[in-house]
Parts: sequence; structure tokens; C-alpha cells
Amino acid sequence: MKGDELQAGIKTLRQEDGLLIRGYGEWRADVLGKLAGEFERKLARLRNEKLSWDISAVSGLDSSGMVLLLHYLDMLEAQGCQVALTGLGQDQRKLREMIEAYAAPAVTATPPRGSRLYSLLVHAGEAVVAAGRDLVSFLSFLGENFSVLLLLLVQPWKMRWGAIVKNIEEAGVRALPIITLTSFLIGVVIAYQGAVQLQKFGANIFVVDMIAISVTRELAPLITAIVVAGRTGSSYTAQIGVMKITQEIDAMRIMGFEPHRFLVLPRVIAVMIALPLMIFFADIIGIVGGMVVANVHLNISWSEFVHRLQNVLEVKHVWIGIAKGPFFAWLIAMVGCFRGFQVSRNTESIGRYTTVSVVNAIFLVIACDALFSVVFTRLGI
Amino acid sequence: MNTVVRVSDVVTRFGENLVHDHVSLSVKEGEIYGLMGGSGSGKSTLLREMIMLQKPESGHISVFGHDLQNLSRRQAAWLRQKWGVLFQAGALYSSLTVAENVAITLKEYSGLPASVIDEIVRMKIRMVGLPDHAASLYPAQLSGGMVKRASLARALARDPRLLFLDEPTSGLDPIGAEAFDTLILELRDMLQLTVVMVTHDLDSIWTIVDRLAVLGDRKVIAEGSLQQVLHEQHPVIRKFFYGERGRLRSRHGK
Repeated sequence: MKGDELQAGIKTLRQEDGLLIRGYGEWRADVLGKLAGEFERKLARLRNEKLSWDISAVSGLDSSGMVLLLHYLDMLEAQGCQVALTGLGQDQRKLREMIEAYAAPAVTATPPRGSRLYSLLVHAGEAVVAAGRDLVSFLSFLGENFSVLLLLLVQPWKMRWGAIVKNIEEAGVRALPIITLTSFLIGVVIAYQGAVQLQKFGANIFVVDMIAISVTRELAPLITAIVVAGRTGSSYTAQIGVMKITQEIDAMRIMGFEPHRFLVLPRVIAVMIALPLMIFFADIIGIVGGMVVANVHLNISWSEFVHRLQNVLEVKHVWIGIAKGPFFAWLIAMVGCFRGFQVSRNTESIGRYTTVSVVNAIFLVIACDALFSVVFTRLGI
Repeated sequence: MNTVVRVSDVVTRFGENLVHDHVSLSVKEGEIYGLMGGSGSGKSTLLREMIMLQKPESGHISVFGHDLQNLSRRQAAWLRQKWGVLFQAGALYSSLTVAENVAITLKEYSGLPASVIDEIVRMKIRMVGLPDHAASLYPAQLSGGMVKRASLARALARDPRLLFLDEPTSGLDPIGAEAFDTLILELRDMLQLTVVMVTHDLDSIWTIVDRLAVLGDRKVIAEGSLQQVLHEQHPVIRKFFYGERGRLRSRHGK
């Protein structure tokens, strides 16, 4: 086997009536690349010659090899050479006829015109139009959602309560381990960061204020929402996207099951119920994390910590944090479902929209949180 | 005639579910071989085992004389070059155009210059009866019949000697299905292919299949030419060929 690979190629012989090219060896698919290189080396510089190309000693010529051969024959003719191909076996002649029958002219793509600035403007314009279209379709999605929601408020028995409970389990209960871990670590980080600064002033005990207020008011809601956006928002996009590709959504529509009633609202409501509860859970775990560090690092005993906590942590901070939950949840679930419905026929778009959905959701959560901060500060809460 | 694919005593099990109970059959060079059977009879599984996507629990499958159970990487690569597969749903790469789909194995393995690959790709696209402009379309923009043809062009890209087709005519309208059958027949004659096709399209079986095996009850119930199979008295075969649809077909013959 090894020998053949070395032995595939062409030899050129100068004869009185022109140049003789003799092909030899087995021109199999795996040597064609090397063969092309050899053709290029030996034939590219031939001009206005009379050539005779003999391939009677060539075996194993397949259609790729024949196309390669014909390609170089054309090239030689374009270089003004007269070429005669000889030594074709019967199969090879048939192969050649077949290839010539199916040969298609090259489609020359016209290169795009215009300067870089022009194309930049075109891209910017297209992006704006696409964003506008996105916004419009999101608004129509919202409208459809609200109209179905209103209907369900009048006829609450039509709500899919079972689906809501199932989604709460999926999005809430099953996320508890990861929420535990992240919020515990957030508590630890805050405590350590505070400890270093506060120790300088001998104000160790104020670490309790810091942990309690930052975790309950800001960090627990934000971190929990980000975890849920990554975990649940993405899965909603992917689930609904796959259902769209497999035409399940179409099937639901023709049976009169509005996707908003069966798919979107149960998910949105489930996350809106689950997220505040998860935030409360994250509050507790985050404070425990801080408590552990305070105990180990700052020598604040458990009872001291709890006593201080009771004095400084007003209940309103906890409520503010929890109150953000439904808003974040609504954003995450709506964006997740909306992007799922945007998935088009090909599988690639599932990946794209899942990414888009997570990025959008996290951005919206943070923007919404910033808005809350401004509003609460103005209100003096 | 040489035997291209030989399946001997294959047993396949999914958990408790026995799919193949000592299945044996052989495909000869140059023929169009049909694998038939009702849904769930393990036709597609057997095909997957032939193309090394799945391993049988016991038994041997050999393709071009190579036993699939002990292959070196080199032999496996050689075999993969010698066969082309048309998957049931086409399985075109959705991020690539039709031309890129056809070109991908050539680009990856042949080392040919891009202009030659382009020529080969354009030729294969015409060969399967697609219009030239289809080359620059993405799979999502193609109709069902075009997806099958594009996927066939991809299967033929490296001049395989053996073609595996998984329900090539499913999802096509009768006219499209007949055109596709004719295409397979033409390509077989033109390229001297051996074709193994999983099908339950009675029309394909009547018109293009040379020999076939009927799977049922986890075994091969019958193997041979259509006339031989029709003489079998097994209830599955009676149902298949002498049911309402089959009777209509048998009366008219080829």
C-alpha cells in the first residue's frame, strides 16, 4: 500500500512531435492532493506546446481524479497548448462523458461594491431596523400574553395550575443546591472584604450591618436572579424553540390550545412565585456564610452576631429584596419564552436565541435593579 | 459476484428489548438491496450497525471484507471513505450551504485545490438533479425533496462504492419519490454503486430493489429477489404484500 502512494504521478518525456506526459500509478482519492501539486509544478509553465497525455498506466481513477485531470487539461488549453488525452479505458471514457454531461459553469459572485464607511452604515442601519423589529414583536408578544392573562383572570379555572406547580419544582426547588452554594459564597466574600477594612478601625462588629443589609437588599436578589436567568431562562428558550422546530406549537394552535395559556403563563407565574421564595432562602444562607467568616476571622461569636443582626436589620430591607423577585422573574421568564418563539426552522438558531435570551435577561435584571435603587433612594426607603 | 456487506448472527438488545435475534444477511456487489420491515423491526438499527454508529451485542458485520469489530483507525477511515450515507432527515449541516456541505469531506481529506473541489461539487450537485443556484442555499431554505438530493450529493462526494440510504423516499410526494428512485437507479448504473436501502415504500421495492430482506419477529423472515420473497407464507409478508396497498401493487407489477 505504501509503495503505491509514492508511485502515483506523471512523467514528462520530450519527443520529436511534442511533449509526452505519461501518468502512472494508482490515482486514488487519498493521493489526489499530492497529484494536484505535481501537476501544478510540471504543467503550469508549459506554453504553446503540442502535448500528448497518456493515462493508460493509471488505475483507480475516480470522478474526483477525472475532474482534476480535466481541470488541468482545460488549463493547458488555456495556456495555448494542444492536448490529446489518450489511453482511456472504457470505464474512464464513460466517466469522462458523465462528468462533461454534468459539468456546471462556475458561478462568479459579484464582489460587493462600496467603501468601508458605506458598509458600516449599512450594518448599523440593519442592526437598528432589526432591533426595532425585535421590539415590535416583543410588544405584540406582551400584548398576546396580557390578553390571555386577562381572560384567565376572569376564568381562573382555565389556568394550568398543574403546570405551574411542576414549573415551580423545576425552576425553584431544583435550583436550591446551586443557590445555596452561590449565596453562601457571596456571604463569605462580603464578610472577608468588610473584615479587612473594618479591622483597621477596630470596628469589627459593623461587619454584621454590612452583610445583613447588602445581602438582603441587593446581593441575594441579584445573584439569585442571575442564576435563574442562566438556568431557567435558557431552558425555557431551548424548550420552546425545540417545540417550535418540531411543530408542536403549530399542533397546539390548531387544537385551540393557546401557547400563552399552556406554555408561557405557567412558566412566568411559576418563576414569579418561586423567585421571591428563593431570594428569602438566599438571604438566610448568605447571612450564615457571613456569620461563619465573622466567627472564624473576626472572633464575633454566634450569639453576638445574631443579637447585632436583630438590632440593625430592619425588616423593610428583607421585604425590598424579596419584592424585587417577581419583577426579575417576570423579565427572565418573558424574555426566555419570547426568544423561544423566535427560533426558526434550523437547529442553529436554538443556540443563538438561547444565548441571546440569557444575555438579555441578565441585562434587564441589572437594569431593573438599578431602576429600583433610584426609585427607593428617591422615596427614602 | 462479491459480497460487499455480510451480517452474520447479529444480536442487538436495548435493555430488556431484544431487537435482533441472530440476524444474518448478505449484500452483493452492484445490487440495490432493500431492508424491509414494519416500524420497530430494527431496520434502521441494523443500518446503524453497518455504518459503525452502533455496536451489536454479538455477531459479526463485515463490509468490503473488513470485520467492523476489529478495525484499526486506518481501516475505519478507509471504510468511511468507501461508503456514503443518506440519513432519513438529510442531516445536512445547518450552518453550511449546500455546496459547503458537499465539499466538506473533500476539503478535509482530499487536499485538492479549491478550484477543483468547486468543480467536483458543482458536478455532484447537477448529478443529483439540483439546480445550480441551490448550491448557495442553506438547508433551512430547501424543500424536503431538495434536502434529500443535497444530502445524496454529499454522500456521493468522495465517490463511494457503497451507498446506505435510510428511507430515501419517506416524506416525498409520489412524483418526487419516483424521481428519486429513478435517480438512485441511474447513479447505481453510472457509478457502479452497491446500494443498501432501508425502506417500506412498496413502490421502491417493486421498481428498483434487486434483492431484499424482510425483518420481523426479530429475525430475517425472508431474503432474496422480490419474486422469491413473495412466495414466502409468513404472515408478516402476507400482510405486507397482500394488504390493501400491496395487492394493488402486486396486480400491476412492475
